[in-house]
Amino acid sequence: MSLFQRLKKRMAGEAAEEEAREEAKQEAQQEAQEAGKEEAEEEQRVSLSSRFREGLAKTRSSFSEAMNELFAQYREVNEDFFEELEEILISSDVGVETVMEIIDELRNESLLKNIRTTEKLTPLITEKMAEKLDRTGEDSKLNMNPDGMTVMLFVGVNGVGKTTTIGKMAHQMKAEGKKVVLAAGDTFRAGAIEQLEGWGERAGVDVIKQQAGSDPAAVIYDAIKSAKSRQADVLLCDTAGRLQNKVNLMNELAKVKRVITREIPEAPHEVLLVLDATTGQNAMSQAKTFREATEVSGIILTKLDGTAKGGIVMAIRNELNIPVKMVGLGEKLDDLQPFEAEDFVYGLFKDMIEQTPADAEER
Amino acid sequence: MAFEGLGERLQSTFDHMKSRGKVTDEDVKAMMREVRLALLEADVNYKVVKQFVNSVKDRATGQEVMKSLTPGQQVVKVVSEELTQLMGGEQAEIAKAAKGPTVVMMVGLQGAGKTTTSAKIANYLRKNKNRQPLMAAADVYRPAAIDQLETLGRQLNMPVFSLGTEADPVDIAKQSLAKAKEEHYDYLFIDTAGRLHVDDSLMDELQRMKEAVNPDEIMLVVDSMTGQDAVNVAESFNEQLGITGVTLTKLDGDTRGGAALSVKSVTDKPIKFAGTGEKIDAIEPFHPERMASRILGMGDMLSLIEKAQTDVDEDKAKELEKKMRSQDLTFDDFLEQLGQVRNMGSMEDIMSMIPGAGKMKGLKNAQMDDSQITRVEAIVRSMTREERQQPSLMNASRKRRIAKGSGTTIQDVNRLLKQFEDMKKMMKQMTSQQKGKKKGNFSMPFM
Repeated sequence: MSLFQRLKKRMAGEAAEEEAREEAKQEAQQEAQEAGKEEAEEEQRVSLSSRFREGLAKTRSSFSEAMNELFAQYREVNEDFFEELEEILISSDVGVETVMEIIDELRNESLLKNIRTTEKLTPLITEKMAEKLDRTGEDSKLNMNPDGMTVMLFVGVNGVGKTTTIGKMAHQMKAEGKKVVLAAGDTFRAGAIEQLEGWGERAGVDVIKQQAGSDPAAVIYDAIKSAKSRQADVLLCDTAGRLQNKVNLMNELAKVKRVITREIPEAPHEVLLVLDATTGQNAMSQAKTFREATEVSGIILTKLDGTAKGGIVMAIRNELNIPVKMVGLGEKLDDLQPFEAEDFVYGLFKDMIEQTPADAEER
Repeated sequence: MAFEGLGERLQSTFDHMKSRGKVTDEDVKAMMREVRLALLEADVNYKVVKQFVNSVKDRATGQEVMKSLTPGQQVVKVVSEELTQLMGGEQAEIAKAAKGPTVVMMVGLQGAGKTTTSAKIANYLRKNKNRQPLMAAADVYRPAAIDQLETLGRQLNMPVFSLGTEADPVDIAKQSLAKAKEEHYDYLFIDTAGRLHVDDSLMDELQRMKEAVNPDEIMLVVDSMTGQDAVNVAESFNEQLGITGVTLTKLDGDTRGGAALSVKSVTDKPIKFAGTGEKIDAIEPFHPERMASRILGMGDMLSLIEKAQTDVDEDKAKELEKKMRSQDLTFDDFLEQLGQVRNMGSMEDIMSMIPGAGKMKGLKNAQMDDSQITRVEAIVRSMTREERQQPSLMNASRKRRIAKGSGTTIQDVNRLLKQFEDMKKMMKQMTSQQKGKKKGNFSMPFM
């Protein structure tokens, strides 16, 4: 089922049953999968993922309802309505340009199709949003090397959660039965190597490191060699956070990537830009510059468990066509999840929906 | 394109206006739209933008502007003034306890830069105010957070209090305060774990810590790249803890830093420090009016001058000045000067403070690359003592040797020699012009 269809159904409240069925199926699968694992881990896993799902399910059922309620306040499609919509999107960091684009297209189409009530405009809104986020639908999966070692390079500015994300991913891949090796390529920040080692210990995977202050390209080179000799399935390469306007540091990063490609021509199989969801419009600049330096193939959006919406990825997808592949939803090992465009769009409107009943009372 | 700075954006809006003598209602409307968009693109929260645009609009269309001879420029002035106002008017200092150690609790989201900022401010206070700080590692959650603070402590030769990762953060805070009192430290910086403002149990921990140590300053550390969410973060930290100050980090990036406006306007707490780079001394007091002028593309000459004053050895500068006048300038002096420029930070930092440098086409793309300085240094260091003292000795074989020794080419050496001669000539001109006038005691090559 395409994203658009799913969204449309959800809007209409039709999807609830179907989803319940699908969920039950997934749950059964998951339980079967999890049965084989260590007990303590399993307990944590089940409770977490189900908590996550429960949370979403609860909000899911009320989504269409609440959306309708909101649009009931603005029955008529007029400038006030568009302004409100504009504000909602802007407050989610979607970015002025993309918002204007969406609003202009909506405005034109509502004129063209003679849509006067907001009720009829709703499917159009979700269609537009989905379009911006999920153009092809299929490229949001991580690219794994089917024969041989998969190399992933993690890049991003300071403090977005690169090391933490690597730790979580290592844990998950290890749980899937893969042999994972981590490369401590952040040789600059105090304590970064120790931090990655901490994660390596937690996940039970090897960490290749050199001393703090050594050349990151050399560390990565070493890591490739030893990951190869250990016959690892996945090599996750950490790098130091760097602001994208530091040209020297970006050159250093490009060099790290060249070293990887020199050793394994088709690698890195993924260059993942880690973005902090609380970041505003600067994320666009980050995506552009990091893409220039390292041909970023996907985005991991972290810290989505706060109130920030990370709407900028919509603009990034729209303008640069870089897909979001994973999202970070919390601090636990299992809180790194595949990106679901649908959930994301829902998230953008969540506050508005939750606020609506109270607002309605006030009025 | 969307990624010019707020200053440039406003500038281009006003360039259009400056060329006219009169502001019409239409102009105001168009202009306010531009201001609004520019601020939104700069990540200023949309509610704050609304307020701001309204307040500017009233003043911009008021008598004082309309009746002036240059309404366009008046509008620029109004915008800049309101911007400064919004960011906090005057500069605010870090708290100082009347008695005993001043306790500073560092709080904020994950990845905002609390640990680094703790060390930076502590170092700043020791260097500039002669205070003795103690740092306490109370982030027991993030792997290696304590290692990070301890590493920074070692680099700075500054004491760090830690009880490992098993201890209770509130306990760590209490015990570190006891130690700070006992050993008479002036400041205690408590580095707390990063947490989401919606994380109740961790916020509760901070509240208990607050009650336990009764901090004089609760510093919210905010990433300057934060988007619209900055208001939510600031608001809830403020509501739950009653923050007393804000530090903005990562201002050396190319973010337009609208978060500064948002945070200030929702909490009404002063922004006290700004983190401006990865190096440990890359922190400075936050100057609202300078920030406003920086945002508006007017440069930040004052910060540069201050930086020069604190980082450049005055005696050496005076001696150098004398030499320049007498034209005895040698490559040794040159080398020394290079070192002093380096102490001030990266060329990029320095360039970013020079007004208009951002707008100069050539400079913008020029790699303000510290490796160029390294190269120049290598060339000079490859010269013999005699050559440094007497550049006129230079001949082809000497140049060849120098090029070889410094890993550069003869062309590079020639270029440097020429620049050096030019510089001497320039000095001569400058000093002869300056005669009789008041003399500045500081000058730099390349600038």
